[in-house]
Amino acid sequence: MLTGAIVAGVVFGLYYTLVGLGLNLVFGVMRIVNLAHGDFLMLGGIAAWWLFSSFGLHPLVSALLVIVVFVLVGLPVYYLVVPRLLRSRDSEMLSLILFFGLSQMIEAVTTIGLGATERSLPPRLLGVGPMILLGTRLPKAWIFSAAASGIAVLLVYLYLYRTRLGTLTRAVMVSRDEALATGIDVNFVSAVAFGISIALAGVAGVFAPFILGSITPNMGVAINITAFAVIVVGTLGNPLGTLLGGIIYGVSLMLMQTYLSSWANLLPNLLLIAVLLVRPEGILGRKVRRA
Amino acid sequence: MPDTASEARNRLIRRVVLDTCIAAAVVIGMGVMRGVYSNELMLFNFVVFLALAQGLNIIYGFTGYLPFGYVGFYGAGAYGFSLVVMHLHVPAMVGMAAAAGAALVLAVILLPLLRLSGAYFAIASMAAAQAVYEIVANPDLENITKGPYGVSLSDVFAPAFSYYTALAILAGTLLLVVWLRNSRFGMSLQAIRDDSVSAAMAGVSVVRGRTIAWLLSALVAGLVGGVFAWHISVFYPDTAFDLSVSIFSTVFLLFGGATTLCGPLLGVFILYGIYNVIGIAVPQYFQFTYGALIVLLVLFLPNGLVSLLTSRGIRVP
Repeated sequence: MLTGAIVAGVVFGLYYTLVGLGLNLVFGVMRIVNLAHGDFLMLGGIAAWWLFSSFGLHPLVSALLVIVVFVLVGLPVYYLVVPRLLRSRDSEMLSLILFFGLSQMIEAVTTIGLGATERSLPPRLLGVGPMILLGTRLPKAWIFSAAASGIAVLLVYLYLYRTRLGTLTRAVMVSRDEALATGIDVNFVSAVAFGISIALAGVAGVFAPFILGSITPNMGVAINITAFAVIVVGTLGNPLGTLLGGIIYGVSLMLMQTYLSSWANLLPNLLLIAVLLVRPEGILGRKVRRA
Repeated sequence: MPDTASEARNRLIRRVVLDTCIAAAVVIGMGVMRGVYSNELMLFNFVVFLALAQGLNIIYGFTGYLPFGYVGFYGAGAYGFSLVVMHLHVPAMVGMAAAAGAALVLAVILLPLLRLSGAYFAIASMAAAQAVYEIVANPDLENITKGPYGVSLSDVFAPAFSYYTALAILAGTLLLVVWLRNSRFGMSLQAIRDDSVSAAMAGVSVVRGRTIAWLLSALVAGLVGGVFAWHISVFYPDTAFDLSVSIFSTVFLLFGGATTLCGPLLGVFILYGIYNVIGIAVPQYFQFTYGALIVLLVLFLPNGLVSLLTSRGIRVP
């Protein structure tokens, strides 16, 4: 039972890494919190559901389509909102409020357009029957979702550490002002990071029906708390830490569900508070806390 | 030309009298409305949000901490009231004391959160409120809290008495804000908010100031939560810990303008007024308008409605 919980935890952890990764990228580059992240994830799920039920498109194909469309959606959102926000007095705080407003708008439009019902995709789309991993039987849909998440995380890693634009992105993460002084087009780098972040949320949304069970227009807030817990555990602003945070989160969630199931929903909240109080800079972090 | 001491004192007295008159007008107005207008629940909700927005003003306006989980204290108050009344069958006023006690206990437990700042604090307080909700709504605790199935307090149901109690709480909260705006303590809080290091060097006790503001703010929400439980008398944990309570209060506060007395009042009367006109039938239209309003507000008027005047050098009470 223990091995089972841990194996399932790692599988879920890979998925939660994908959920948190985009949020962390935006925080790292722009020092703002995108509270609408969970709602972009929801939109990705809705897109996958719509593409499947209208055109019979396989979720893996939808995922590729979602990446392209969401990057294209993310760029204008960035240019409309973020540069102005970053000029304000306390952009970190105000970003919480602003993106909360955006999240409300997305939720309202989705509910008006589609109703508040739960939507899901048949798990057989990602393979029938269980697969045995280290003696644990897991649904194939979980394994494939986790694998897709792993690939997405790997691609983000390659982008950040093996491309020129990625190197510039990391420079902006270290110091926005110095990057600007060096002549880096900070605005463009940030816009691309924002687009990638939205696309990551969308891809996570495509696999949400298989891992989380269903998609509802108001799921955004809960997803945000989870994503925030994952990236705070793993260190804010450090994309690699997110992998560690995701796996810690996934394993502890599975252990809670195995041994104390009715209290499992408490976990992200308690984990978040505990890590913030004991080690606010996260597990891999340097000290950044003020006051 | 520097003011003489007596001129300064006279000006302070004029300000306090003006602020108190505004507070009194609001409280008396809401009292009179109950006799005139028949939709008592709507008026009660107005009183609730007027008090909550000012309670949030105490912590955000004066110290700069924005607790997204402000509803946690409201819920703690509601359940403090309900548990005492349900299990011990005490009169409602004892329940109100329990509501205040529950909120204060939660605030003391959460005191370490004040070590965090900015977004970290906001999110951590939201997680704390969610954690309290998960505990209260846990089916395993059905014998104590009735779990997710909600509580019923028909024994103490008293719509008129509870409405006036809510008004009294509102009056107390408004006076608290008037005091903070015109007292040495309130000034020291604002100094901490603007630059905590300089304030500490000037001899202001930073930790003490923040702690007191945090407890006062929690106390207001706890009392409002208690009177909500009393007035409504049947509710579910989802209602008592509804995150939109935090969000509405925050938006009302920011829309009007924090640190002032009039800002949050204006925010509630205008926005909650609009909500009651268009929001009840199709909440999503309101939700959308709301979201858009928040986005525009942050981008173009980050200091609220009153900043239209204050930025021109006009003092707003």
